[in-house]
Amino acid sequence: MSQLPLSQSEAPPAPIALNGVAWMRQNLFNSWFNSVLTGICLVLIYLGVRGAITWLSQAQWQVLQVNLKLFFVGFYPPELVWRLWLIPALVAGLGGLSGSPFAPTSKRGLQGIAIGFLLFGVLVLALPLSWSSRLWLLGISLLAAIGFGTGQKIPALASWLPWLWVLSFPVVLWLIGGGLGLKSVESSMWTGLLLTLLLAVVSIFLAFPLGVLLDLGRRSDLPVVRSLSTLYIEIVRGLPLIGILFIAQVMLPLFLPQRIRPDPLIRAIAGLVIFSAAYLAEVMRGGLQSIPKGQGEAAKALGLSSPLTMLLIVLPQALRNVLPAIVGQFISLFKDTSLLAIFSLVELTGVSRSVLAQPEFQGRYAEVYLFAGALYWVFCYSMSQASRRLERSGASRR
Amino acid sequence: MPKFWRIALQGLLLVLVVGTIALLWHNLTANLQQQSSQTTRLGFDFLREEAKFNIGEAAIPYQPSDSYGRAILVGLLNSLKVIAVGIVLATTLGVTAGIARLSNNWLLQKIALFYVEVLRNIPLLLQLFFWYFAFFLSFPKVEQRLQLPGAIYLTKSGIWLPWLQATSATGTWLICWIIGGVGAGFILYRQRQTLRPWTVLQAGAAIVALSLLALLITHGLPLQFDVPQVIDNFQIQGGLKLSPEFAAITTGLSVYTGTFIAEVVRSGIQAVPRGQWEAAQSLGLSPNVVMGTVIFPQALRTILPPLSNQYLNLAKNSSLAVAVGYPDVYSISDSMNSQTGRPVEAMLVIIVTYLTISLTLSVLINLYNRSVQIVER
Repeated sequence: MSQLPLSQSEAPPAPIALNGVAWMRQNLFNSWFNSVLTGICLVLIYLGVRGAITWLSQAQWQVLQVNLKLFFVGFYPPELVWRLWLIPALVAGLGGLSGSPFAPTSKRGLQGIAIGFLLFGVLVLALPLSWSSRLWLLGISLLAAIGFGTGQKIPALASWLPWLWVLSFPVVLWLIGGGLGLKSVESSMWTGLLLTLLLAVVSIFLAFPLGVLLDLGRRSDLPVVRSLSTLYIEIVRGLPLIGILFIAQVMLPLFLPQRIRPDPLIRAIAGLVIFSAAYLAEVMRGGLQSIPKGQGEAAKALGLSSPLTMLLIVLPQALRNVLPAIVGQFISLFKDTSLLAIFSLVELTGVSRSVLAQPEFQGRYAEVYLFAGALYWVFCYSMSQASRRLERSGASRR
Repeated sequence: MPKFWRIALQGLLLVLVVGTIALLWHNLTANLQQQSSQTTRLGFDFLREEAKFNIGEAAIPYQPSDSYGRAILVGLLNSLKVIAVGIVLATTLGVTAGIARLSNNWLLQKIALFYVEVLRNIPLLLQLFFWYFAFFLSFPKVEQRLQLPGAIYLTKSGIWLPWLQATSATGTWLICWIIGGVGAGFILYRQRQTLRPWTVLQAGAAIVALSLLALLITHGLPLQFDVPQVIDNFQIQGGLKLSPEFAAITTGLSVYTGTFIAEVVRSGIQAVPRGQWEAAQSLGLSPNVVMGTVIFPQALRTILPPLSNQYLNLAKNSSLAVAVGYPDVYSISDSMNSQTGRPVEAMLVIIVTYLTISLTLSVLINLYNRSVQIVER
């Protein structure tokens, strides 16, 4: 589609509101071919719905009710779970604060947000949860609203946001791991969805600087630097993640001196970082290429040194261009953490398998995997939608 | 940067990298010596030793008394089988869904959107578990098999389909067809400048004539239908048997990769300028002809590079077969490692295999890509 702006006279006529029959005639039965397609689609939908109903009639959801906590926090000590509740609370508050500059200004948009909150409240009350979980969830949504309101009242906070996010990271780790006045929890207890999220976030943060360095190395005019970076990127991108994780889990301990035996979590993160860095380098390539040469030359003319030009002028602009692509990379990394279940780490997929190993719930594969799939889906889908919004708002700003 | 510093910096980096590798190697040998009681030396001599483990399905004859080398070959062939079938199925599914996303049929468009948005956002591994445990293993036993029209049997221990089978006449037919094909190609190539209908007819006639010749020689058709048959209600014989493992990995891979291909196809088609649609329509071409002969060939140029990326992803993701117990090359290397305690060799087998597969695939696609792209002056 061409993106040329249409002048008033060229603009398409406003769509005419159609009644049901006319709409169906236009969208479903406008030619014999389309009528046949519609027929096939209806048969497919009928078969799908019938299959789903037969399955639902014999599905047993007890396996989820009993193990609900296991899916989210795994084997984390129950009396300390309140610490984990604080994490979404923190994220919700910061998220509300960061979301407020993007808030819709129209009355309808605000109404939409209010309805969303209301629906969330109804959902929380309708789902079979314990009362403490309901209270926590409502409190978290309240915090998001407070953050949102604060952001509206004090717009100056927006410039502090990146630092607040960075600062929240050690706080989250402290809440999970304990120490410094909190009871410490061993890393083998960090399981379930908690571990999935932790692995994905930590790995992308560690992989990012490595990816930028690799890409800069590949574009460098020093032949040794260039060939080493290219070699790394191409080899890693030619291997399946499971192969890299095999190297990280099995080979890494062998490569290190005997006194150092990293625990499986560290090895997993190492594997994910090695893998993602190569892909992030590829993502950054597009971003750095999109910055006009004039930007760098102008900075040099002002007397900035090469590293400073890169750090202050080129990288921030490139970053804004590739943010959607980085989110995309994060989504695939988030999905890829499931592979660690093969190496017996108990993240979300691993938890599903250990739930299925319980003798009383043998064979309830469909229920468990559908639930885990739905959890993954909620995160991936909302992130991709958010990144699409970001892309659109970024494009309109310039 | 002054020349001295450029050289010094690169030299320093090189020393650093080489030094790190040397250190890691030193640690590795020390660790390996510590671990194994008997002194196993690094090297691939052990590939000739007896493998002693069983492999569920193999394209070439294999038994536990065969060597590790042969076991790896079996795994490699299994991987290639999954990759080839997966690429064909994923492309079919993805192109269909991608075009459906742009259909003016509202219902079809929404179904395609639903398929893409749901399955793209769930990890492949989870989908594989679902297909394997909740779908293919949920079929009844052979005794209570499900039967679909056309002699397709669904059971817990596999799926049986009718299939074409080679006969004694196949070889002769194949030779005749190759000769006919080469001849027809030669005729078409010679007459390329003046491509008239009768040239095509000539070429077609060459193939028909050679087919008749083959029929005359062999008195048989090239392939025959092999329909699975139930024997004594306990056994099914004949036809093509797909193991649940193979069915799960190919279904999962192609359904998952299909969603990405659909997006690639959709955006490729949308990248063709609108004027092309309008020009073709104003020439009076029907919508299907517009899509088939005007839009899609142009969209192909945009589609191919990201499509090749998806094929590479599919090839790499085929290693997840290990999760459903399908004996691919990764899975065989892994069991080889746990049996012999040779992680270094297993790692090297995995690295070399997948790098070769990735490289070959991307070279093949690049060759095709070059023939499709516009030749610019």
